[in-house]
Amino acid sequence: MNSTPARNTKVMNRFDLTSRLIAKLKHEEAVVGGIGNTNFDLWAAGHRPQNFYMLGSMGLAFPIALGVALAQPNRRVFALEGDGSLLMQLGSLSTIATLAPKNLTMIVMDNGVYQITGAQPTPASSVADLVAIAIASGLGNSTWAADEEDFERLIDQSMSTAGPTLIGVRIDDKPGVGTTRRDPVQIRERFMHGLGVREPL
Amino acid sequence: MAVAEVQASPQAAQQTTWHGIVLQSLKRNDISLVPYVPDRVLTTLIQNLHADPFFTTFPAAREEEAVGIVSGAWMGGRRAAVLMQTSGFATLANVLASLVVPSQIPLIMFVSERGTLGEFNYGQSLVCRTMRPVLDSLAMEHHTCTRLDEFEFIVDRSIKQALTTQAPVALILSPLLTGGKTFDK
Ligand SMILES: Cc1ncc(C[n+]2csc(CCOP(=O)(O)OP(=O)(O)O)c2C)c(N)n1
Repeated sequence: MNSTPARNTKVMNRFDLTSRLIAKLKHEEAVVGGIGNTNFDLWAAGHRPQNFYMLGSMGLAFPIALGVALAQPNRRVFALEGDGSLLMQLGSLSTIATLAPKNLTMIVMDNGVYQITGAQPTPASSVADLVAIAIASGLGNSTWAADEEDFERLIDQSMSTAGPTLIGVRIDDKPGVGTTRRDPVQIRERFMHGLGVREPL
Repeated sequence: MAVAEVQASPQAAQQTTWHGIVLQSLKRNDISLVPYVPDRVLTTLIQNLHADPFFTTFPAAREEEAVGIVSGAWMGGRRAAVLMQTSGFATLANVLASLVVPSQIPLIMFVSERGTLGEFNYGQSLVCRTMRPVLDSLAMEHHTCTRLDEFEFIVDRSIKQALTTQAPVALILSPLLTGGKTFDK
């Protein structure tokens, strides 16, 4: 599963992959975008009420998505997180593995850098394999996507898998292409409408 | 005090101990998801939550992670609360200020208070002193719970207020309520 080293996977683009994911969503799936570029590209791929854009709380995209997945076990939940952000909450991978929600698909956008703060390399960039870390954390269903087609296949596959899925993608160092409107209350409220938790006033 | 009352029937114990009041108040308010990072004082509460099928309770690796989980759960329509120790609260300023408060999320926290009234570890007492200034700097509701006779009132009302006003609350469990951790082991 992790026998393909990260360096042999194609270097893809965050916005392109995010757009490919969004194009597949037909059942009001929830999508949680992590801090910075990850949610900027989610925004740019086309706003949906089922999208949650994280404006701070670096590293919490997967935990927030886990909470949504536990609250709504019949809804598919996707989470998009940067590699630098994931490094802040590696422990959450074990929590997710233990709870093993069937409806959670996690995507790690690995550019090896903290792009948005000036593209400084992360401490993991030249030594660690995030998918191997996920597997060792108990998330056996973790894979690097070899290319865009493989990414789409892994997304499709995750929707019918009996446990959580983590997909690692190597991406270029481009910034996100959009800018999320930074209105935390509206973002949260729209998300809750999108999830059917409450009606607009 | 609280310790002697635990000896009664399990039912009575639920009502008359601080941890019984927490468990019953969570249940009454339909709060079923309870992640935690443990503290010795919370041991019985955590055990009883695990034993009760109403609750999904589990350890998180960090308190910040637990706050993310319960925030997501609430947005998804499931009520949740987090249990932690004072030092766990000390790791939360960033998530409180950048997610919980600006998004108006009714985060319900139970914080077992270490660092005061007989603390034996200087570092713990310093960590404890950072807690209320952080809560006050964000104008967050918080109560220091010291008495069993008013505890149910505080817990139940605070949960309801958090949910209806969409604002976080920290319930600080003083050693005066729980007995705290003593310097004998
Ligand atoms: C706790 C914390 N530390 C540092 C920052 C500053 N910061 C914001 S985004 C970011 C980098 C995020 O990196 P990554 O998740 O890899 O995404 P990328 O920018 O590469 O798309 C940093 C360091 C922050 N917001 N919070």
